[in-house]
Amino acid sequence: MTLFGRRIPMSASLLLWAALWEIVGRAHLTILIPPLTEVFARLAEIVPTEGFAESLALTARAYLLGSTIAIGVGVPLGALMGRVPLLDRLLLPWVNVFVSAPLSALVPVIMALFGFGETTIVLTVVLFAIWIIMLDSRAGTLHVSPSLDEMAKSYGATPLQAFLKIHLWAALPEILAGVRLGLIRAVKGVIIGQLLVSVVGFGHLFEIYSSNFLMQHMWALLLVLFALAFAIDAVFAWLERRFDYFAAARQ
Amino acid sequence: MTAAILPLAPAPAPEPMVSVRGITKTYPGGVEALSGIDLDFPRGELTALLGPSGCGKTTLLKIIAGLLPATKGEVLVDGRKVSGPGPERAFVFQDFALLPWATVLRNVAFGLELRGVARSEREAIAERHVAEVGLKGFEKRYPHELSGGMRQRVGLARALAVNAEVLLMDEPFSAVDEQTRRKFQEDLLSLVANQRKTFLFVTHSIEEAVYVASRVVLLSRRPSRVSQVIAPDIARDMAPDRIRRHPAYLDAVESIWQGLKQYVD
Repeated sequence: MTLFGRRIPMSASLLLWAALWEIVGRAHLTILIPPLTEVFARLAEIVPTEGFAESLALTARAYLLGSTIAIGVGVPLGALMGRVPLLDRLLLPWVNVFVSAPLSALVPVIMALFGFGETTIVLTVVLFAIWIIMLDSRAGTLHVSPSLDEMAKSYGATPLQAFLKIHLWAALPEILAGVRLGLIRAVKGVIIGQLLVSVVGFGHLFEIYSSNFLMQHMWALLLVLFALAFAIDAVFAWLERRFDYFAAARQ
Repeated sequence: MTAAILPLAPAPAPEPMVSVRGITKTYPGGVEALSGIDLDFPRGELTALLGPSGCGKTTLLKIIAGLLPATKGEVLVDGRKVSGPGPERAFVFQDFALLPWATVLRNVAFGLELRGVARSEREAIAERHVAEVGLKGFEKRYPHELSGGMRQRVGLARALAVNAEVLLMDEPFSAVDEQTRRKFQEDLLSLVANQRKTFLFVTHSIEEAVYVASRVVLLSRRPSRVSQVIAPDIARDMAPDRIRRHPAYLDAVESIWQGLKQYVD
């Protein structure tokens, strides 16, 4: 963007909003919004504490476990759906329902089945992340160039070889896009899981802070969470750009 | 007609490398693409399949490759009936069909990789063929870093690397520019002379067919039949510019055009 003939970097708008936040906070308009500087001060105070580290570890553990399962099951299953029409007919209606359903409403069901432990939280993460991963992986393998398929066939590839050496790779740009969206949904999953199910990890901290009206703590925690989600997104956006060249190279 | 008249009583004719017998292809919905094609493709020669666009020449090539099933008829390779792809046939694709995520070397070695040839061995073989098609020094490059012509050289090297007896080429030069195509055609002639393989070559260019092929098969409009087989009487060891100016070359081009003209509206 250019303003008065000068180039303004995109991050400049962040400064503007930060300034506005600070002004609203200083004006004591509402107890819900403390000044940003105080939020940062609180952030520096709580991050090094042991309680915070423990919560972060608990949340990260459930998040990583759930995401790994969602990717490990979702990518192969979705990619197979794009290649095997029978499997596609069987699963696609369900995937389409779940990808758009309000999943939070299902968490109590998981809770009833698996209790209040970590299993339920991990499953909530999987539930949030897996559908979009499946759907994007499916889209990727569904549109593999027919001539790559013929090439595999004419050089004697077995169906398994064609799947592992061609279809999965050809679908990589879509798979990465799906994994990126899935990982972001997984952040929602882990927080909702920890809030609703068992009050542990970040969910526990949110519970304490909000019930005690500790708004500075609350915002500090939110900033950490937003930053983490943003970082995950940025890493994957970078990965996707790295593989852009062959998305364009496909017919 | 200046096309050579084939001797009436040939000396014990060597068995053709590829023959098709009564190949008919009807697509679902009743469109008949090929109707009773009988053809022999002699060993060690390049035969071009030429015809009006949409006449099913690529369909015929893919049936011979085993990529498409024929509705009726059979394909014999080296005297044996085949019903699918086989290691004795290799395909060169119009759009190259390279793996964009693999280097030139891995692409060339891909046919061998699928057959389970050990890495060091297949890369040694691939290196030889990369050099043979004139891409030495590009082994570590990726397809998107190459020009269209170079990509097709990779596709050709991949087909050579599996050491198939029969090379099936589907309009291999149609996606590259005119100058590259000419260079390619010249290189293809020396390849045919050196490799002693059987080439089947689909093209829509009359000049290209006459230049590279010792036999040109003309297919009629859909449903296709063989309308003519022409064997231009040109010595292939001449310099390229002499071939292109040779009366036999020009006459063959002209007579094929006269044969095809009726199909062009």
